[in-house]
Amino acid sequence: MEAFTTHTGIGVPLRQSNVDTDQIIPAVYLKRITRTGFEDALFAAWRKDESFILNQPPFKAGSVLVAGPDFGTGSSREHAVWALKDYGFKAVLSSRFADIFRGNSGKQGLLAAQVAQDDIELIWKVLENAPGTEVKVDLVSKTVECGNVVAPFDIDDYTRWRLLEGLDDIGLTLQHEEDITAYEATRPSFKPRTLPAKVEAN
Amino acid sequence: MGKTLAEKVWDAHVVRKGEGEGANAQPDLLFIDLHLVHEVTSPQAFEGLRLAGRKLRRVDLTIATEDHNTPTLDIDKPIADLTSRTQIETLRANCKEFGVRLHSLGDKEQGIVHVVGPQLGLTQPGMTVVCGDSHTSTHGAFGALAMGIGTSEVEHVMATQTLSLKPFKTMAINVEGTLRPGVTAKDIILAVIAKIGTGGGQGYVLEYRGSAIRALSMDARMTICNMSIEAGARAGMVAPDQTTYDYMQGRPHAPEGADWDAAVEYWNTLHTDADATFDVEVDLDADTLEPFVTWGTNPGQGVSLSAKVPSPEDFGDENAKAAAERALQYMGLEAGTPMKDIRVDTVFLGSCTNSRIEDLRAAADIIRGREKDPKVRMLVVPGSARVRLEAEAEGLDKVFKDFGAEWRFAGCSMCLGMNPDQLEPGERCASTSNRNFEGRQGKGGRTHLVSPVVAAATAVRGTLSSPSDLESAVTGTLTGTAV
Repeated sequence: MEAFTTHTGIGVPLRQSNVDTDQIIPAVYLKRITRTGFEDALFAAWRKDESFILNQPPFKAGSVLVAGPDFGTGSSREHAVWALKDYGFKAVLSSRFADIFRGNSGKQGLLAAQVAQDDIELIWKVLENAPGTEVKVDLVSKTVECGNVVAPFDIDDYTRWRLLEGLDDIGLTLQHEEDITAYEATRPSFKPRTLPAKVEAN
Repeated sequence: MGKTLAEKVWDAHVVRKGEGEGANAQPDLLFIDLHLVHEVTSPQAFEGLRLAGRKLRRVDLTIATEDHNTPTLDIDKPIADLTSRTQIETLRANCKEFGVRLHSLGDKEQGIVHVVGPQLGLTQPGMTVVCGDSHTSTHGAFGALAMGIGTSEVEHVMATQTLSLKPFKTMAINVEGTLRPGVTAKDIILAVIAKIGTGGGQGYVLEYRGSAIRALSMDARMTICNMSIEAGARAGMVAPDQTTYDYMQGRPHAPEGADWDAAVEYWNTLHTDADATFDVEVDLDADTLEPFVTWGTNPGQGVSLSAKVPSPEDFGDENAKAAAERALQYMGLEAGTPMKDIRVDTVFLGSCTNSRIEDLRAAADIIRGREKDPKVRMLVVPGSARVRLEAEAEGLDKVFKDFGAEWRFAGCSMCLGMNPDQLEPGERCASTSNRNFEGRQGKGGRTHLVSPVVAAATAVRGTLSSPSDLESAVTGTLTGTAV
């Protein structure tokens, strides 16, 4: 994973709460078997509407999404994060993220920065009054800057550390493989196994 | 101090405790007892393993099925949609390469992953269960800690059989009283979500408790736990009891003999201790609950079926007001319209929320001997091939077909329309599924989430209806046992 320290890019005000992952990427795009190439799928239904924010220059070239509360609810599809990243977004700001979305973001190097709703409102105003204004997201100091607005954001320390270092989760876990093996030896015999299958073959 | 059910299951799976305390603590490494796999969220995970030269650590704790993309008609023919077919074929190739047990389309054990796990007896109390699907919360009905995960985590579980997780907070959902006829588990969970909101459960594991929950069957408990994610929660649980054990016993992968006794002894410890405390408690009165239905585009936008479409002005919060305005526009509804005046085009009975045998029985009991509104199309999609066979053995397929409904093969189907089962733009659907998001069931489609009995009554009348609305229309009284 690529390390993340700071990013500065055009902010996109998305004045909407409860942006679920079905909106971020409709199910029809989930049939692909690759991990990249989802940029066309991002907000696919909404982008058909010319007035949608991402269809308007300069927001089209945005890389910091500033959204309403409860961003990323619904389906666990990590494709939502891939689509945001493939489009060019590096960070999403919201006052509240759905848990799974936040987790998926952390795995993929997309910064999910939790910013107080009052500050989100201030940033929205700056971005709407001066479209194309850049937002600076600084993971080291845990602050966002946009115009004259400077606001702190929350992110858990562990995710922050992994993002700053660009660490791969599986590699980290496998450093503790002995612990896993030791745990496996203690599992009770009544716990089920999928193999051999205890059903008749068709 | 005592522990909650969720804490007990958590503690029993800690492979390695994260360093540090409180908010700065590193995550714990938890062992995963069962990993369920389907075609949509797994291809990139298998690919990741391959690229890194890693093995799938525990194929004996992994099982796959095909559900999201599978057609519900002509299942013996090649899948017409090429991208769907590729995804299914990719799963088959991956399972073969890595040695994963797979139940493919046409197999008697194929079906929606969250229906298949429990019916095989693979989902058991006190387990950790994960799947690359948010409705994995379903399995919490057995007192398992069951979570939906993203594809990176799917790969992580494949490679390590563990997950790094930060401890959750706990929330008790106390549902006391007795449900009235026509009111079901679906109405309980829709009411809970309307009460706490789509973000209300965020960061929490919910435990459903109280006399109304204890009185529910396993199928009904699964309906409730299934939609925990719709309240933003990572998981939902019900403590195991005799109802759980009766459901488990004799299933293909349930413990046997001495193992069964040892298991039950352990399962009996899986309840929240009397002196344990929850971070939050929420109460819901089962006695006064009515059939519930959504009017908007998120599952928290619900009301009693006897109520009216709310007005954006009813909401104090500016975001909720804006969301309501947008939802009414998308749904093509006017504030103040009685919910029961809303006419639907389609009724969908299915999904991991409500496609089990009891759901089909309850709906069949409502429609038996009645006629479908001819303008309404009704799709009945059993949750698994096994459920379909069971229903056919009971003659339920005939009840649905005589009524004029379409009797389909198992899969996720119109819940998310990844296969050809989709709504047309502007089409309105009473759906027993779990999400009423914009476009979820097909581009421009409009979804009202309902229980199976409300879905059935709606198919009869053509407008959103509760079973009690039918009573006056027929001779005799309504006596459906599962109602």
